[in-house]
Amino acid sequence: MQTAHESDLEVIESHHIIPVGVYMKVFGALMVLLVVTVLAAMEDFSVRLHWGPANIVIAMAIAIVKAALVILFFMHVRYSSRLTQFFAAIAFLFLGVMFFFTFGDYMSRNWIPQVSAFNITGR
Amino acid sequence: MTAESNTLTVDKVPASDPPSDSSGQHLLHHHFDDMAQQRECNTLMMWAFLVTEIMMFGGLFCAYAVYRWSYPHAFAIGSHHIKWFMGSLNTGVLLVSSLTMAMAVHSAALRNKKRLVTYLALTLVLGWAFIGIKGIEWTQDYHEGLMPGIAWNYYDTTVHPHHTEEVQKLADAGVSPNAVKMFMVFYFFMTGLHGIHMIIGLTLVTILLVMASRGKFTNGNDQPVEISGLYWHLIDIIWIFLFPLLYLVSGIKLGGPLW
Repeated sequence: MQTAHESDLEVIESHHIIPVGVYMKVFGALMVLLVVTVLAAMEDFSVRLHWGPANIVIAMAIAIVKAALVILFFMHVRYSSRLTQFFAAIAFLFLGVMFFFTFGDYMSRNWIPQVSAFNITGR
Repeated sequence: MTAESNTLTVDKVPASDPPSDSSGQHLLHHHFDDMAQQRECNTLMMWAFLVTEIMMFGGLFCAYAVYRWSYPHAFAIGSHHIKWFMGSLNTGVLLVSSLTMAMAVHSAALRNKKRLVTYLALTLVLGWAFIGIKGIEWTQDYHEGLMPGIAWNYYDTTVHPHHTEEVQKLADAGVSPNAVKMFMVFYFFMTGLHGIHMIIGLTLVTILLVMASRGKFTNGNDQPVEISGLYWHLIDIIWIFLFPLLYLVSGIKLGGPLW
């Protein structure tokens, strides 16, 4: 029969405890990326890189890295079961589906040649 | 079908002495085999809820993206009406609060009551600081006439005669004030929904703080802190995306007022 002490140990060992150093490194990276986001917004990269959406792409790329750090380490997903990891990933998969089909609609609206009723009836 | 052929049947005998807290209350609920299974189920179900939260905010992000794509100039002008410095400050506050929350979860797992209470209290203070800064921003927007539906007269020169030049610039650029208004609608809906989540999160942290001070989470029953932490971090992630999308649309103009 287990003693109370043994069952206590069992509870602690049933989940992974991340060292404090990992949290501090992740936090440091997040703060650096925040400063990088602000500094990047002060420069107009669309002129420098000759690419219109350069700034938004840079800002979103940094945001994705920050979100990934929070999800993987602060939310323990890196150390979670594969099923939990699957659930976390599926949210972003469906987000992608929503964006893909919404923009698939909006961006392709001018692709089809405009055929007016007059062309069809020949008048 | 016989019972033998059913591979899903688990013939595991539950532990005869399930883990209990100091008051003798059993931590393992009767419908789970062991603590590991109970933890896994709780975490997984919280993630199922967080997926629905991501999809709810995702709808707003998608609508925002469509309008920004349709009215890029108006969104750039609208973004200059809100203060980038306040947004950056709030991002920093929220990132620190995420660290204190992660440390609270860590302290609960190590059964350190004093540190758990300290980190939860810090999270609470930082969370309210975020709401406070947001409140200052919203009050300014209200007085400047940038609040659609409640106070929208920024481009009304009879109310704000010194905005004549801005109204002219807008007309020269061929941008409708209504498109700028649409940006502000997105700004208030997205930060508003995020703010509601902050207040729910702060309520959770307050309850955790009271229970933690009574030693409820430092007896092996640390998972409520972990699950609430997941919610808190999700709010942080939403803000990580809201910040560049709302405050940094067309870059930062230095020289303007910081707050």
